[in-house]
This record gives sequence, C-alpha cells and structure tokens, in this order.
Amino acid sequence: MLRVFLAVLRRELLLAWRERVDVLVTLAFFVIVTCLFPFGVGAEAAQLRAIAPGVLWVAALLSLLLSLHRLFERDFADGTLEQLLLSPEPMVSWVLAKIIAFWLAAGLPVVVAAPVLALAFNLDPAGWPVLIEALALGTPSLALIGALGAALTLGLRGGGMLLALIVLPLFVPVLIFGAGAVEAEISGVGARAHLLLLGGILAAALALAPPACAAALRMVND
Amino acid sequence: MLECRNLVCVRGDRLLFRGLSLSLGPGELLRVVGPNGVGKTSLLRLVAGIARPEAGEVRWRGELIGRGEIFRRELLYLGHAAAVSEQLTALENLRFACTVSGEAADEEACVAALTRFGLGDALDLPLGVLSQGQRRRVRLARLFLAAARPLWVLDEPFTALDTEAVKLLAEQVSAHCAAGGMVMYTTHQDVELARASRLLNPGDFVGRERAC
Repeated sequence: MLRVFLAVLRRELLLAWRERVDVLVTLAFFVIVTCLFPFGVGAEAAQLRAIAPGVLWVAALLSLLLSLHRLFERDFADGTLEQLLLSPEPMVSWVLAKIIAFWLAAGLPVVVAAPVLALAFNLDPAGWPVLIEALALGTPSLALIGALGAALTLGLRGGGMLLALIVLPLFVPVLIFGAGAVEAEISGVGARAHLLLLGGILAAALALAPPACAAALRMVND
Repeated sequence: MLECRNLVCVRGDRLLFRGLSLSLGPGELLRVVGPNGVGKTSLLRLVAGIARPEAGEVRWRGELIGRGEIFRRELLYLGHAAAVSEQLTALENLRFACTVSGEAADEEACVAALTRFGLGDALDLPLGVLSQGQRRRVRLARLFLAAARPLWVLDEPFTALDTEAVKLLAEQVSAHCAAGGMVMYTTHQDVELARASRLLNPGDFVGRERAC
C-alpha cells in the first residue's frame, strides 16, 4: 500500500518541481489578491489591520482554488488515471498522495508567505503564530474538500466554474474559524477553540474526502 | 480463464452491444475488430474492469472481477491514451507505471526493457522532446516486464509505431501466447502474429439500436 502511495507522491512532487512556474503563479496570485484590498478599501492602518486575517484567508482560499482543477485533469486526459484505477492497491492511498502533493505545492507556499503579507497589513505580531497555525490546519482541509470537487467535475465542460460553485460554499466553515482564530487571539480571547475546530474539520475531511474522491473518480471512468 | 457473459454496453443513450459473451483460454489471441465507434474500446474497458457493464458479468478464474486484487495483479491493460507524462523521463514514466500496477520494477529491468525497444539513448530525456512513436514505445516497454501477467488487454498497441517496432511487439505478443498467456487486442493494421487470432466484432451483437 505504501509503495504506490510513495510512487504517486514522488511523481507529483517531481512534476511540481519540473513545472515550478505553476507554483510561483499560485503564490503570485495570492500576493496580488492580497495587495488589491488596500487599493479598494483605502490604506488606513487601523482598517487594514482589522481586515487582514479575513483578506489573507480569502486570498489563500482563492489561490488554492486557482490550481485545484489541475489536480486530476491531466491524468484523466492522458490515461494515467485509468492505470491508477487498475492498481491493485486501494484507491484511497494514491488519492491521498495526490492531495498531499497538491497541498505541498499549492498550500504550503501560501502558509509560508502569509506572515510576510501580514506584516504589510500591519497585523498585530501577537496574531502571527496563530495565523500560521490556522493556515497550516485549514489549508489541508481546503485541499481535501477541493479535491472532492475536482473529482466530481472532472471531464465536464466548464468544469472549472462548476468546481468553484461546488467547493466555495464548503470552504466557508474553514474560512470562518481560520480568520476567527487570528481575531480571537489578537482580541485576547485566545484561539484555542478555533484551532481545535479547525483540527476537527481537518480530521473529518481526512477521513471522508479521499474515499469520496475515489468513488467520484471511479464514476468518471465508468 | 476469462469469461464474459451477456455483456450489455450503453454509451450515452446508444446501445453499443448486448448479449456479448466470450471466453479466452491459455494461449489464445482474440482480436476485437469493427469500424470506429462500434465499441471496441468500450469492450476492452469492460473486460479490464475500468467501466462496469450495464448488465452481464466478467469472470476471471471463475470469480467476478469486481475490485479483485488478484485480477488486477494478473492483468496488463494498456489503453488507447499514452498514459505517460511529458515532464518525466522515459525511465521515470516506466518505473512509475510498473510500481502503480504492483510490479517490483527495479531500475535495471526497466532500462533493459527500454533499451530493447530502441530507447537506450533516450532514457533520461523528458518525453516532451520525444516523438509520438517513441512515447508509445515507453508505454509498450511494459510488455517486456509483464510476462508474469497472464492476461494482456491491449487497445491499439500498434498505432504510431514504425515497422521494426511493430515486428518486435508482434514477436512479444506471440511469445506471450506461446507461453500460455492470453491476449485481447484491437488494431486496424494487419500484423503478422505467430498464431491466428480469433475475431470478434462487437457490432455483431445488436448494434445501432436506440436504448430505451
């Protein structure tokens, strides 16, 4: 079981490395979306500080969404998915490997870049560790939920739009607790409850999304 | 060994075939023939277990194939698409394909298979710079590593190959049958194989009807 998991993980990371421009584009998108907000709402320091957690979270979520449709698309088009379906190993193992690789390529850079942008928004330094923790717990959930959407819309005409319509509402709980965690920490309430809830969402997504994804992928090829 | 009973295949709202039964024993070659759109690829996908038939059943060694691990370890299915990544090298692609299908795939064996198929000097090139025929060779190199798998299901294996590669492939297929393997394949080319193939046209099984 581990062999196929590792082979898929290795291949996906290798592909991400060979096409690292895509990773940079995702990251650049995150940075640019974040930087658009001060132009829209005005550059008043107090206001920016107040909206920073929400802005960073929405931008992180959109940048993940941007590359989500690619998760299974190419494998579906070039026949690799068929070969994976015929693997004697359980589907869940390689589906999970793909999602982990996707998060490492698209989610992790966002988590790392977020504090830098938080600095630009003059976010209270007390909130930085929680911002990173919340993103580190929340973005894998987004990747897992998003992967389900990507599997469900695979091969459909206009699948990209449909994907956004399906997964964005499902991202809402993560967004609420993720942005809320930072605000709670800064206001002195403490972010523990929010982080626990994010962890709970991640645990649920980890248990439910890969099998659902596998079922959807099998249906697409049927 | 392989037995299909009363398969029914519907694509969209069109009935491709119904009541299709076939059996394949050791050493047998089955060529699926017919014009484009008659359901050759659909039939192969049903047999491989990628798609599920509307009705009917596929059995391997008497067991329904379902998601059976045993069947998948004994099946080599090479579909119509190349199933290789342009960003990866020939060797990386082949090793990945082998690992996924549950073979040991050590590097030496993969290098040997690729070299035998005339890709010895292109092992470390990304497939993006290779020709269509060479890409297909990378994929078909798996045939040199899959002798232990009794059932080969090959969708258009000879497409885009030069005459020399076609010959090499035909030899490999013939050798597999001679060793007691089974091969089910489609092709539009006339290829000389060591023993005669049985022919099967899915279109003979009530094609072109509207499903209701």
